[in-house]
Amino acid sequence: MSGSATARHRELGLTDAEYEGICDRLGREPNPLELAVFSLMWSEHCAYKHSKKLLRELPTDGPYVLMGPGENAGVVDVGDGLAVAFKVESHNHPSAVEPFQGAATGVGGILRDVFAVGARPIAVLDSLRFGELDSPRSRYLFEWAVKGIGQYGNSVGVPTVGGEVYFEAAYEQNCLVNAMCVGIAPRERLIRSAAAGTGNQVVLLGARTGRDGIGGASVLASAELSEEDASKRPSVQIGDPFEESKLIECCLELLELGALSSLQDLGAAGLSSSSSEMAAKGRVGIDIDVSRVPLRESDMEPFEIMISESQERMLGVVEPERLDELLEVCERWDVRATPVGSVTDTRRLRVFDGDEQLADVPVTALVDDCPLYDLEPERPEEPLYPEPPRRLARSAGGEETLLALLGSPNVASKRFAYEQYDSIVGSRTARRPQVADAAVLMLARDGGSGALAVSIDGNGRRVACDPYTGAAEAVLECARNLACVGAEPLGLTNCLNFGNPEKPHIAWQLTRAVAGLRDACLALGVPIVGGNVSLYNEGGGGPIYPTPIVGMVGKLPDPAGAPRLGFAEEGHALALVGPFTPALEGSELEKLRGGLADGLPRVDLQEQADALLKLRATVREGGLPTVHDVSEGGLACALAECCIAGGLGARVARVAASEAELFGEGPGGVLIAGPRDAVEAVEGARVIGVVGGGALEIAEVLSIPVERLRAVYEGAIPAALAA
Amino acid sequence: MKFGVVRFPGSCDEIDALLACRRFGDAELLWHKDRDLGGVDAVVVPGGFSYGDYLRAGAIARFSPLMEAVIDFARSGGPVLGICNGFQVLCEAGLLPGALLPNRSLRFVCRQVDVVVENPDTAFTRACEKGDLLSVPVKHMGGRYYAPGILEEQVVLRYAPGQNPNGAQDDIAGVCNAEGNVLGLMPHPEHAVNPLTGSADGGRLFESVAMPEATGSAGRAGFGIVPAG
Repeated sequence: MSGSATARHRELGLTDAEYEGICDRLGREPNPLELAVFSLMWSEHCAYKHSKKLLRELPTDGPYVLMGPGENAGVVDVGDGLAVAFKVESHNHPSAVEPFQGAATGVGGILRDVFAVGARPIAVLDSLRFGELDSPRSRYLFEWAVKGIGQYGNSVGVPTVGGEVYFEAAYEQNCLVNAMCVGIAPRERLIRSAAAGTGNQVVLLGARTGRDGIGGASVLASAELSEEDASKRPSVQIGDPFEESKLIECCLELLELGALSSLQDLGAAGLSSSSSEMAAKGRVGIDIDVSRVPLRESDMEPFEIMISESQERMLGVVEPERLDELLEVCERWDVRATPVGSVTDTRRLRVFDGDEQLADVPVTALVDDCPLYDLEPERPEEPLYPEPPRRLARSAGGEETLLALLGSPNVASKRFAYEQYDSIVGSRTARRPQVADAAVLMLARDGGSGALAVSIDGNGRRVACDPYTGAAEAVLECARNLACVGAEPLGLTNCLNFGNPEKPHIAWQLTRAVAGLRDACLALGVPIVGGNVSLYNEGGGGPIYPTPIVGMVGKLPDPAGAPRLGFAEEGHALALVGPFTPALEGSELEKLRGGLADGLPRVDLQEQADALLKLRATVREGGLPTVHDVSEGGLACALAECCIAGGLGARVARVAASEAELFGEGPGGVLIAGPRDAVEAVEGARVIGVVGGGALEIAEVLSIPVERLRAVYEGAIPAALAA
Repeated sequence: MKFGVVRFPGSCDEIDALLACRRFGDAELLWHKDRDLGGVDAVVVPGGFSYGDYLRAGAIARFSPLMEAVIDFARSGGPVLGICNGFQVLCEAGLLPGALLPNRSLRFVCRQVDVVVENPDTAFTRACEKGDLLSVPVKHMGGRYYAPGILEEQVVLRYAPGQNPNGAQDDIAGVCNAEGNVLGLMPHPEHAVNPLTGSADGGRLFESVAMPEATGSAGRAGFGIVPAG
């Protein structure tokens, strides 16, 4: 092995052993272009080399699953000949380096994953994590990431219908931007990415190829962030939502006509990964001629063309006799379409520059042969994270505590963010942000075929306290949000955001969290149909909180009957249902008091799953206009949210013997309100009060006018940003 | 009654507008590269980001082949409704006075607002009475209407007091041309045609243009003249 080559492979993030593995598979040393391609295909981001073995433990089968992990997006059957595709993906490191473009292209990328399977994107949700808002850097990242998500989603005409944001010091250096997309398709329009048919043309659709995002997958996504990250800005891609909107319409029309035999988006590692993955899945080979790729800059090197992460590009396979038809449709949409190669029977990825062969690599070596690593998990002896600063005295009374919680950015209204998103384009949105626990989207626009409910959840601080229980709770929370609008979960997508898995304590978090996800999914009977892993989320301040994000899609029969979270009418009875034993460990109140528990109370997953079935059935019977789950900030905050959303107060009996019952957290608790008969008819409902008046009154604890609650709840984030 | 809904590349709300129109008549999409309106009776220029709107909202769309036909149609008295980006396009095309500046907040805003009908004597407000309150959503980045010296008669819709989402001059949400056959507005009536998605109040605008002429308030003596399409 030559000295210069070894230096180069290390720069590209490959170990010496991996480099030797490449030489073994090729029977020679790779040339620089081949090495560049290998370094990306064997990066953590593309190859999942530290997580693949773990992910095999997750349940992926279910009665509704049409496409599982491995395709561009997971797909489930929703009946009436319709399928729903969805996936969540991270764009963390690009967003930490350049939040606007990082977040925008995160949305662009996840949209492409969904229309790559033939589905029309109908909703975006996003899950964001930043440092505390008293940090200028966090304010900057939050403001611009929100702007980026909005700019892309709004311009492309896909509504952003939900999401969540948390602010914790552990994300100060390394923010998280996870975007989820949901799409629908007639079942017969679904398409897979496996290339087939020797002699078929490989066509590059969409934007020209430029130098943006060179090496993004290895430089940004598969290593820890450091002080010099501003210098990585050229590795961040630039988004063009206008190009994407044309590309969506064009690709869907091509699929409608049956003009494509397979389709794949160009994401991390660009042309290299898309072509080799299509070839690997189809057990064929692909030849690419880089001289035919339309370029933004004429002097690009072949390796740059092969690994560029320029956005808004798709790779399609077309039978030669349908090429003209394809070109005609693309012309109509002003979408560039260029035949850049062909399908072969060689099972090799060959790269040409005109007649000159530049690379010749077996596709299995690139896609399937990346060495997989075993984790070496080790439970930490000492806490991994410092305790947060104390913001609220232990002696604070009930009123002060509730207002402090409502004003904590983790609990406070996220209106600042969601009002910057078009949540209604497409005419499907029956429940907008902050109206119900899950967004509700009609399948047929008259509501006739029922509706989808979608939610995205994950509380990293609770996972930091207890990776197994915290991760299981994320699944339960998401399913509970769906149940609150009467939806049955059909499938789940997840994004595992963790620190450096080569460190034993991070490996332990990852292993335990995946076990929690698995057990919760098994208890609920919900399969995981796709997702993404984002590791090495560590800045100078140490690892992020372990943050598994869960997105779920469910179906409900009648969107008009989906409850809202706000109180609806004076005189309605108010009750608590579900197996709920709140505790202060891992709660927002514990954080405000400067604590971070080691361990969470055990959760009985089967009991929780049974309760969700009952809740869904109860909601579907109708008669309950108000249903809201108890989450961050506990019962008192949930009550306040119902008051604020409905513009009505409530009188609540002294329910709480302890402050844990008022402000503690834990899965399973759901508030319901409605006519007294309907509420009392719900099995196990514990009536705690009555809706009405202009204040939230909890006997012997607090009495606060609704307008005061609203001012604190709605004002907290704008005030923090104006600081 | 047949509506034509313009489709530019980058339009976002054209299907929403098409579905809204179909509640009140026939409707079809009009392709931006065509020069022919296909005999429609009314034209809707929908919301979105036509041609990406990277230069200035509506600045490119205004020069599309189809817009030449829309401009001729409007000048000959045909009813034309510009919603959001469509409003921006109609201002750029000179069919409506004024301009739409970036929101005062410099942020995109998506919000349900109430608008007050100030002028019921236009092709698109004939089904309304003066003072009617309509609940419709806004969603835009550049909706701050600015038109020094605009005539009060041309102000068709105002944001209800305290609800101006973008800093528009005099709370103006929608304006018409002097003849009353061209209306531009920032709120999205096509997203307010179904109580399931929040409100049905916006349907009144489509209903206005679809209803027989004598039954509307345009039959009354008023500012607006509503010629047949």
